[in-house]
Amino acid sequence: MSDFLTTWAALTFNGISFGMILFLISSGLTVTLGVMRLVNLSHCGFAMIGGYIAMAAVDYLGFGLLASVPVAIVGTMIIAAVVERTLFQWTYGITQLGQILMTFGLTLVMVALCNIIFGPLLHALPVPNWLTGNFDVANVIVSVYRVFLVIVSGLIALGIWYVVERTDFGARLRASVDNPRMARCAGINVRQIFSFTFTVGCGLAAVGGVLGTQMLPIEPYYALDYLILTLIVVATGGLGSLKGSFTAALLIGVLDTYGRYILPAGGGFVMYAIVLVILLIRPQGLFARA
Amino acid sequence: MTTEAQTTKAIADFRAQVRWQWYEPLFWLGAIAWYFLFPTYLPLGTQILCAALFALSLDLILGYGGIVSLGHTTFFGIGAYTAGLLAKHGWGEPITCLLAGGALAAIAGWICSFVIVRVQGVALLLVTLGINLVLYEAANKAYTITGGADGLQGIEFWKLFGVFDYDIYGRVSFVYTLAVVFVLFLVARRIVHSPFGLALKGMRENWKRMPALGAALRRHGALIFVLSAAIAGLSGALLAESVQFVALDSLGVQRSVDVLTMLIVGGTGVLYGSFVGATVYMVVRDQLADLNPAYWYFWIGLILVVIVLFTRNGLVGALSDATDWLKRRRGGGTAS
Repeated sequence: MSDFLTTWAALTFNGISFGMILFLISSGLTVTLGVMRLVNLSHCGFAMIGGYIAMAAVDYLGFGLLASVPVAIVGTMIIAAVVERTLFQWTYGITQLGQILMTFGLTLVMVALCNIIFGPLLHALPVPNWLTGNFDVANVIVSVYRVFLVIVSGLIALGIWYVVERTDFGARLRASVDNPRMARCAGINVRQIFSFTFTVGCGLAAVGGVLGTQMLPIEPYYALDYLILTLIVVATGGLGSLKGSFTAALLIGVLDTYGRYILPAGGGFVMYAIVLVILLIRPQGLFARA
Repeated sequence: MTTEAQTTKAIADFRAQVRWQWYEPLFWLGAIAWYFLFPTYLPLGTQILCAALFALSLDLILGYGGIVSLGHTTFFGIGAYTAGLLAKHGWGEPITCLLAGGALAAIAGWICSFVIVRVQGVALLLVTLGINLVLYEAANKAYTITGGADGLQGIEFWKLFGVFDYDIYGRVSFVYTLAVVFVLFLVARRIVHSPFGLALKGMRENWKRMPALGAALRRHGALIFVLSAAIAGLSGALLAESVQFVALDSLGVQRSVDVLTMLIVGGTGVLYGSFVGATVYMVVRDQLADLNPAYWYFWIGLILVVIVLFTRNGLVGALSDATDWLKRRRGGGTAS
């Protein structure tokens, strides 16, 4: 294979693994937006909290990366459930602007607390030995860890798909997203479904936060820095559409990786420009229901 | 009541709203009093005025047009850099620099408005923030033009009207800024109390119903966005003139957050909210200047959460609620 092709193949693979992490982080957000029309700007903060919990487990309890994942999930879900029961309960009735401001304020509080507790430094969690190194597939160099990421996130995505499309709970969730009022009439406890999905979504974000530290290092401004990326994923994919989020996350992961390769000085410019065009053509996102 | 009488009453109500309230002259007298009461805090006063004007521009689109922007500092920065670059390259006449800053910001706003009026909700947040981030990166990378992260240094504005030199105590710049802000406040007041302003309020309250009444939503949205961008640009240029420096953070997300917080603390859709919010915010920040920035974020965040959850519309909203409550107690329930 020529150098040109191998480079692009490696780029594409890296883009996909980045996109998978983006999907994990933003999957919860799209459901929150779809079901409750709640613009939760603090969602990325939960990925950050997950990352910090895992970091604490690794640093102070001597856990490995993989052992720290369940700790981070449980810890984040508990925090998410508490916040949902206390702060978010109050915001469902208020205007969208109020929700935006409230959740944004919450994000700032999270940023400040993490900064105060853990300090301002960037952290990447150590990768276990058996996941370091590179595969060489027909001259395309791919890191073992990224292959692992793609497999794990792929399995999680498959799990989400199964639960949403094939189970009774999934049917009720889809009904609540499609038409919350009608779902309520049909006897579905939309509020409960929402609380549950919110919590699980934050847990998924935590997985993304912990596993993605090689690409998105943990730092106090994480919640703000990657907020725009998750919003891009959700808006491009279409609110409430998991399939849309998945496609958009992969698309954005790949586009961003290409963009940074072609125009290193441009930063995320190429990706932003393409997203802007997509939103101009389809303001409701790629997979939005009419 | 006949339709005619209803119309007359509606017009009378509208007139009553437009009339100057008793507290309005007081407010501006207070601003003038600052000059005499706090002669050592004039630079802070100037900064408050610039911030308030910026918050006012955000209030026009957010409080009246219902357009939420997370990147309004785009236009503030464009105004600041325009004025700064003109002065740096040999044209330091303050009034023309100011107008050029406003004009360029308005043009930028006009270009952005094509996208802005077509998106809502999350996509809107995203587009406004995205435009801001791209511009910030561009200004950061274009080191030779903007000075990058060091900011635009070595700018010098000429004497105001060729007579008044910018003094070290900031007297001239305070008076000049206050005058400009007052004029622009009158403009904003005129806008929101015009039929166009009413159409905007309708848009904010129900953007699905307004087209049914024959309102051209996108045209209204685009117009107020351009006006707001122009005022934001003017406030940026004003700040650049008073501090004789343009920092890269005039395009930073932090400034968008600051201005949004000021507006929310003060209250949206009431014009004076931006002034109250900016004053409270800047004075508190000035007093807590040596606080670790991390703690500052904590307090801003907490304030946002508390204001949204516990007041109807910021400090101005809380104040008017309190006076209503007092009136009702005294009037025995006659006030509505």
